[in-house]
Amino acid sequence: MVSLPEIALNGVSKRYSTGAVALDGISFEVERGEFVTLLGPSGCGKSTLLRIVSGLSAASEGAIRVNGMTPENARELMSFIFQDPTLMPWRTVEQNVALSLELEHAARPLRCERVTAMLSLVGLTHVARRYPRELSGGMKMRASIARALVSRPRILLLDEPFAALDEMTRDRMNEELLRLHGEQKWTVLFVTHSVTEAVFLSTRIVILSPHPGRIAHDVALDLPWPRTTALRDSPAFEQTVTRISRLLRGVQHT
Amino acid sequence: MNRRVLVAINSAVVLLVLLGLWQAVVSLNHLPAYMLPGPGVVAIAVRKRFPSLVRSLWITTEESAGGLAASIIVGVAVAMIFAQWRWLRQLVYPYTILLQTVPIVAIAPLIINWIGPGMLAVTTVTFIICLAPIIANTTQGLISVDENLVHLFVMHKATPAQILFKLRFPNSLPNLFTGIRISAGISVVGGITGELFAGSARVGEGGLGYAIIYANNQMETSYMFALVLAATVLGFSFFFLVMFLEWMALHNWHESKRAGISE
Repeated sequence: MVSLPEIALNGVSKRYSTGAVALDGISFEVERGEFVTLLGPSGCGKSTLLRIVSGLSAASEGAIRVNGMTPENARELMSFIFQDPTLMPWRTVEQNVALSLELEHAARPLRCERVTAMLSLVGLTHVARRYPRELSGGMKMRASIARALVSRPRILLLDEPFAALDEMTRDRMNEELLRLHGEQKWTVLFVTHSVTEAVFLSTRIVILSPHPGRIAHDVALDLPWPRTTALRDSPAFEQTVTRISRLLRGVQHT
Repeated sequence: MNRRVLVAINSAVVLLVLLGLWQAVVSLNHLPAYMLPGPGVVAIAVRKRFPSLVRSLWITTEESAGGLAASIIVGVAVAMIFAQWRWLRQLVYPYTILLQTVPIVAIAPLIINWIGPGMLAVTTVTFIICLAPIIANTTQGLISVDENLVHLFVMHKATPAQILFKLRFPNSLPNLFTGIRISAGISVVGGITGELFAGSARVGEGGLGYAIIYANNQMETSYMFALVLAATVLGFSFFFLVMFLEWMALHNWHESKRAGISE
């Protein structure tokens, strides 16, 4: 049996009713377990592309297959993490995390067990009963990640999740995300405009050019795993950042 | 000394000064009690007519609370329908504003014609003036949900009912309470206005509004003052009850109820 790619896009375009073209002829595949980052200047349609994969937005042309299914049918396999934590202020952290299990009517003991395990995995056990307004930005984001992971997704879609955090928190969140990725082995499609973040996290970087959004470069990274803090100081890391930055600058000036 | 105690003492002093001024105006001008009774005369009227005062107060309380409760139930239901069907909202919502601008004094006699005098008519009048603020505020809260939260629910295959009751309704609670606070204030006005027209099905027994008319006809000005005082106390009680319920529902999570959390 031939293994299917987790995500396959074939000639995907997105045109708005105003006539503006957001995406034009996007084709690429993501294999199981890959960490693919969509990188590009604003206006290149990277967030739109993520929404199309999730099924929240429909493509104007082209085919999208997620694990061989349409995005709508593959929803159970996917979780989405937004730029803002988007926690519900009237729910405690554990109630927020339990949301997806609650929506699918999971039995209470199972729900408690999974939520407790997930909160300890992201280090939020001590604030399980707190309300979101009592948490710091980094803690809110961790709660948001826990909420996405509690339904045990095979595919994780992240739309600039750490853009609003300060740099130190962001670096730490990156390391935690990789640790979780190592444990749970999901396939990731990650949107960012930070080159260092993209290089640190990804197995592959897809660079999009703007107006309309097209794939400009598709770069596989050969940096060693596991990626640790020490890697950030290594010459290989710096060289890769320089190379990707150059590619990104090239895209912006065309 | 505790600051709250100090504030309470100051307020009491202000009240005593005002009562003193009132008595002074009456005494210095030698005003007869049917024109302007002094605070002492009013206090005597309260004591002498206490049972009937309480009876009137209770009738008005029932009418106002009943109309308010009905407006909350119906208002929230209507707002939920508006939130579910955008086209219906756009079609009908402007007309709910009419509900707010309709002069209740003008339609109260009409309602009494239809329903007949008595508590039901007065409750209906109260219900009508309380409804618009509830609908307007709750609808606003139901539809102003973070779009990404809706997306999150959709991604996890939530049903429309789940989105309504687990997302939109809790999101609308602060707005709903704003609506209830407005309506609680006017519910007493509605009750008394209704009674001015509807009075009572039985002679001699009625709420505060009915009793005010009655006392006025009998030139019992001191009792009128007592009745107005009772109406004020009623409005105040409603307001504080709603404030308390709002605090109970929101103090855990809502920013407006933030009370200096120490980290």
